[in-house]
Amino acid sequence: MQVIIDQDRCCGSGQCVLTVPAVFDQGEEDGLVRLLQESPGPELAADVRLAAALCPGNVITVHGDPG
Amino acid sequence: MTTDTPTARPDGTADALAVPAAHGGCPFDPPPAYREAHRAGPITKVSLWDGAPCWLLTGYRHSRAVLGDHRFSADARVPGFPFLVPGRRELITRTTPTFLRLDDPEHARQRRMLTGDFIIKRVEALRPQIQQIVDEALDAMIAKGGPADLVQEFALPVPSLVICLLLGVPYADHEFFQRHSRTLLDIRVDIEQVDAAQQALTDYLSDLADRKRREPDDSVLSRLVARDELSRAEAAAMGLLLLVAGHETTANMTALGTLALLRHPEQAERLRAQPELMKGAVEELLRYLTIVHLGIPRVALEDVDLDGTLVRAGEGVLCMVSTANRDAELFEDGDRLDVTRDARRHLAFGFGIHQCLGQPLARAELQIALGTLLRRLPGLRLAVPFEEVEVREESLVNGLRALPVSW
Repeated sequence: MQVIIDQDRCCGSGQCVLTVPAVFDQGEEDGLVRLLQESPGPELAADVRLAAALCPGNVITVHGDPG
Repeated sequence: MTTDTPTARPDGTADALAVPAAHGGCPFDPPPAYREAHRAGPITKVSLWDGAPCWLLTGYRHSRAVLGDHRFSADARVPGFPFLVPGRRELITRTTPTFLRLDDPEHARQRRMLTGDFIIKRVEALRPQIQQIVDEALDAMIAKGGPADLVQEFALPVPSLVICLLLGVPYADHEFFQRHSRTLLDIRVDIEQVDAAQQALTDYLSDLADRKRREPDDSVLSRLVARDELSRAEAAAMGLLLLVAGHETTANMTALGTLALLRHPEQAERLRAQPELMKGAVEELLRYLTIVHLGIPRVALEDVDLDGTLVRAGEGVLCMVSTANRDAELFEDGDRLDVTRDARRHLAFGFGIHQCLGQPLARAELQIALGTLLRRLPGLRLAVPFEEVEVREESLVNGLRALPVSW
């Protein structure tokens, strides 16, 4: 799966970090999203999809590996 | 509270719903009138006290869509923005707006001055200090002996102390800012009183911000004024927002959450036996109790087709997240409290760019406060019959007047 983020829309709610800390982080100074892995393994797919759904700013887009 | 008489509209819809609707008998449930409206359909057209048309959204899908849609504004100065009670519109014109009531790009500019202070890592690092505050409050309550009012002894002081620590506000002034915060959220008091409370808090925070400018410390307020990007009035308004939002909401969630667990002892026992369930339990309590019970207001900036319903530019929308969080579409048997449920999709913190900035802090406080309460007081029980526990019906944030407990 491919994960794309649009940091400009980030409002720093931290939902993604709370849901998949292996894939998402926040900048120490600005609090905005940082992507740790662009192609997380299938074992993280469900959590990454949940993070995308929970993101209030619609920052996270997921491609590939449906289901 | 106004009680509209039913009137048939030209489009055939009935308009019998008074907004804000009266609280029902249960302190946990959304007003019965909203639940009834939802049974008829997730989008209901209502008239507010001033006759303004407003759309009441009671389902999950629509609230989430509107809150995440930039065509709906959070700016209370936009004509048509729905106000639940008289006077508040006039008050807005005399108030310095914060990011809570601003749209992008100004919203993002202000909010991003604070996002770094509320990142997960920073809040996680605060846990030992939060634990200490929780333990000390409980020690003091236990030393005094029961029965005690859990609101005054625990639910209110804990988040007040935490936000004071973070913001750099002296806790010694807590009676002053707690009293005025309550007035700000009171929809029944005279608007002049609300204005006076707001002025008193603004003056207080302006002076405090000036002091931080002269003598900087390691607090959010100090960092905010050091950036030099905000006017004196803006800095005070943001400080006020953080102070009020930082203690009133968490205090009410702590008290109501405790009452919910006392009312559902099997759930409390489950948490005592499996403390690792507490994180999920807090999400479930946030969903089940949704203390922003009067809804989240927005105004349409352009005509929007909302799932077949045309919302016109300038019309108000109330996203009723309390009923949304009980919506069967998302939460099976949503009227039931179940601490093992995956409730993470709840809208208790709102949705969209305005979603609660302090949510990591609120979560940490609630997990620690409720977890510690259950662990240290295995005999915790109500000291009055459940029916006698009084809800603060006048407040924008659902909560309890007092919670008498023994242990």
